[in-house]
Amino acid sequence: MALPVAFFGVFFAWPVAAITARGLKSDGAWHLGRITDVLAQSDIRHVLWFTVWQALASTALTLLVALPGAYVFARLDFPGKRVLRAVVTVPFVLPTVVVGTAFLALVGRGGLLDELWGVRLDTTVWAILLAHVFFNYAVVVRTVGGLWAQLDPRQEEAARMLGASRLRAWRTVTLPALGPAVAAATLMVFLFTFTSFGVVQILGGPTFSTLEVEIYRQTSEIFDLATAAVLTLVQFAAVGAILAVHARTVRRSESALRLVDAARTARRPRGAGQWALLAGVLGTVAVLILLPLAVLVQRSLDAPDFGYYRALTSSDSGVFLVPPIEAVGNSLTYALAATAIAVLIGGLAAAALTRRDTGRFVRGFDALLMLPLGVSAVTVGFGFLIALDEPPLDLRASWILVPLAQALVGVPFVVRTMLPVLRAVDGRLREAAAVLGASPWRVWREVDLPLVRRALLIAAGFAFAVSLGEFGATVFIARPDNPTLPVAVAKLLGRAGELNYGQAMALSTILMVVCAVSLLMLEGLRSADRTGEF
Amino acid sequence: MLLSLAGATVRFGGRAVLDAVDLDVAEHQVVCVLGPSGSGKSTLLRAVAGLQPLDGGRVVLDGRDQTGVPAHRREVGLMFQDHQLFPQRDVGGNVAFGLRMRGASRAEQEARVGELLDLVGLPGAARRAVAALSGGEQQRVALARALAPRPRLLMLDEPLGQLDRSLRERLVVELRELFGRLGTTVLAVTHDQGEAFALADRVVVMRDGRIAQSGTPLEVWQRPADAFVARFLGFDNVVEATVAGEAADTPWGKVAVGEGAPQGTRTLLVRPAGVRLVPVDEGLPCTVTARAFKGTHVTVHLQPRDAPRLEAACALRTAPETGETVGVRFDSSDVVVLD
Repeated sequence: MALPVAFFGVFFAWPVAAITARGLKSDGAWHLGRITDVLAQSDIRHVLWFTVWQALASTALTLLVALPGAYVFARLDFPGKRVLRAVVTVPFVLPTVVVGTAFLALVGRGGLLDELWGVRLDTTVWAILLAHVFFNYAVVVRTVGGLWAQLDPRQEEAARMLGASRLRAWRTVTLPALGPAVAAATLMVFLFTFTSFGVVQILGGPTFSTLEVEIYRQTSEIFDLATAAVLTLVQFAAVGAILAVHARTVRRSESALRLVDAARTARRPRGAGQWALLAGVLGTVAVLILLPLAVLVQRSLDAPDFGYYRALTSSDSGVFLVPPIEAVGNSLTYALAATAIAVLIGGLAAAALTRRDTGRFVRGFDALLMLPLGVSAVTVGFGFLIALDEPPLDLRASWILVPLAQALVGVPFVVRTMLPVLRAVDGRLREAAAVLGASPWRVWREVDLPLVRRALLIAAGFAFAVSLGEFGATVFIARPDNPTLPVAVAKLLGRAGELNYGQAMALSTILMVVCAVSLLMLEGLRSADRTGEF
Repeated sequence: MLLSLAGATVRFGGRAVLDAVDLDVAEHQVVCVLGPSGSGKSTLLRAVAGLQPLDGGRVVLDGRDQTGVPAHRREVGLMFQDHQLFPQRDVGGNVAFGLRMRGASRAEQEARVGELLDLVGLPGAARRAVAALSGGEQQRVALARALAPRPRLLMLDEPLGQLDRSLRERLVVELRELFGRLGTTVLAVTHDQGEAFALADRVVVMRDGRIAQSGTPLEVWQRPADAFVARFLGFDNVVEATVAGEAADTPWGKVAVGEGAPQGTRTLLVRPAGVRLVPVDEGLPCTVTARAFKGTHVTVHLQPRDAPRLEAACALRTAPETGETVGVRFDSSDVVVLD
């Protein structure tokens, strides 16, 4: 318990405190009026307004597109379902930069739609909205569909036997049971789109800017750290509020539902309606998820002899001090280090949270652990930038800074994956070990560890994928001579020229493949036993 | 005394689950705590094991106060109700666990595992997976695992609870014989009186976190301390009575009681064997409402007019049919005046 608390104290609470001080304090005095000053600026108000409405629109659109998908994946049985379910999950672990790039290749200048019909969407908000749907499709399908698949169909049958029509049975039995899951998914999607950075950064151009992008712009282009700090605080408060509502929703959803094995509730589609629904969902998945990724790969191969890939190995372009391909090595090294840290910290925290006699303090810590997941990566990166660059803790020159930030983002995933499994371990097994003479540490090693080894691997895989694609925090603190993959992609996209564009596509493809492969390996692990919430 | 509890108290949210319990267990003694579910008997074991902190009182083992001593340093064995074998280890790995925790050498572990598996009647089972064991076999492995580190006190929580009847009856005899041979000190809890009486040197009956009665099985069986204990032991012929001299005034009429019975308003118990059936005009007239075949005898339920029901044990051949009317007399040797 002490180590996770210290970790979060130093690498989360302190940077946040530093941001607060930077934003509201000057010459040793607090100026709370600065908040209203900043919020009064018309361009900032515009950013706030855009952030909220694009998040609302993205969330609504995602629900509209993904809820039929949730039903199809939960209740219909069709060949290739398992593979397809894994495929729709891929976007969730894909780096935002890759998603942005893929949509750029689809709807941007010189993109597929541009070539075919002369349609460009990258200057409109539609590109952002579509990319958000792409991203969060899996969130809805997983959270809502996961529960839907486990609802006992006999509940509905019981209602039918008592005289309810098919629709009425669904409305009175299934819908209320799904309600909390839908609410939770909605809030999650809203949170993710509210704090969207990479996608908006790449697709938004100069026109569209969310709070997150604005913080980055204020920091790295205008160098107005005070304004950036105030904006971060606004963002922090908003995210805290969303998370609080989410926590309450989840707690309410833990009501007693009759759950059964998901494998037994699905059946083959029957009737024209179900077939049409299935076709519609498959079509959506193909156009919305597979097409952008396919176009991305195609664009990266658009030069003869893998020209873009070969260009990655030379440092002639002048964008970087090193050949861009070195970003692959950097990313892997950083991600491995971040995974190790995240698994250590997250594992310890989960173990501490599992203990039965958890008091108010520990439960509060549980909620606190989730903060970095929602509190945008940009906050983390910005906090690191201004808090950890001076004594007593000067890590500016240290390579460990990047893995630390990535680990902070990865820890919630580890905790969320481990906690349900650890809680499922029968407490009396631990007691049996204790009575036989095992110290608490021995109990953990002898009883818990063997039972959660698989969950630990899954958690590590998630942390790895998240670290690999982490962009928002890394872009603040990665050093120019050691870029990570997402940072390199963003930088290449920022430069004009066919070659840079192609290289960005090639690097994105590499990143996508690495992420997709690690996710599919996880799916293989997970299908053996259902664990975790993600 | 090997184990002494003095004023042991555990509260769950204001309710005392263990209420100032005093209990002594001497070395080589087998003590069985008997009580309905919720009477606090499992909490008693957990408190002795160190899994449940006390809110008051003390647990003393071998003369040493155990307050603040964690479970893994108390050197007591506990066999859990549903065994709690470690699913990821085989039989040998389970039995050797406690030895490993105490740093025994590999050779030592192997020898002891073999010895114990022989003892519990599972020779050569060390490499078997625990998931493949039957209920009775799991029970034996759990016993071997608890015994392996030679605990100074072995505690059993509903040791035979989940097994079927014939297996239970066989194992209870085996356990009794095993504990006698090894000289193990045992504290067991069960809700099954048959199990308790068959296993124990001393029976402790618990009710609502307190000890209702303590004594040898014979003492408890012959003289239940109060109506609760009597009813818990399965005696249903329990009524309020006014005792004067050698007769008691009961709803069933005058009942003769033994010499020296406590006087005044008392609770009176008539064992089913002491309810004699006689011709209608020679005793209390009753209607037979039900009869249940019990193998060696028949239990007959009798409804007197204006009085509580009676239960009688009858020989197979002489038991009346349902609906018949019979007379009842009471045999004073099976009438007990409770304190």
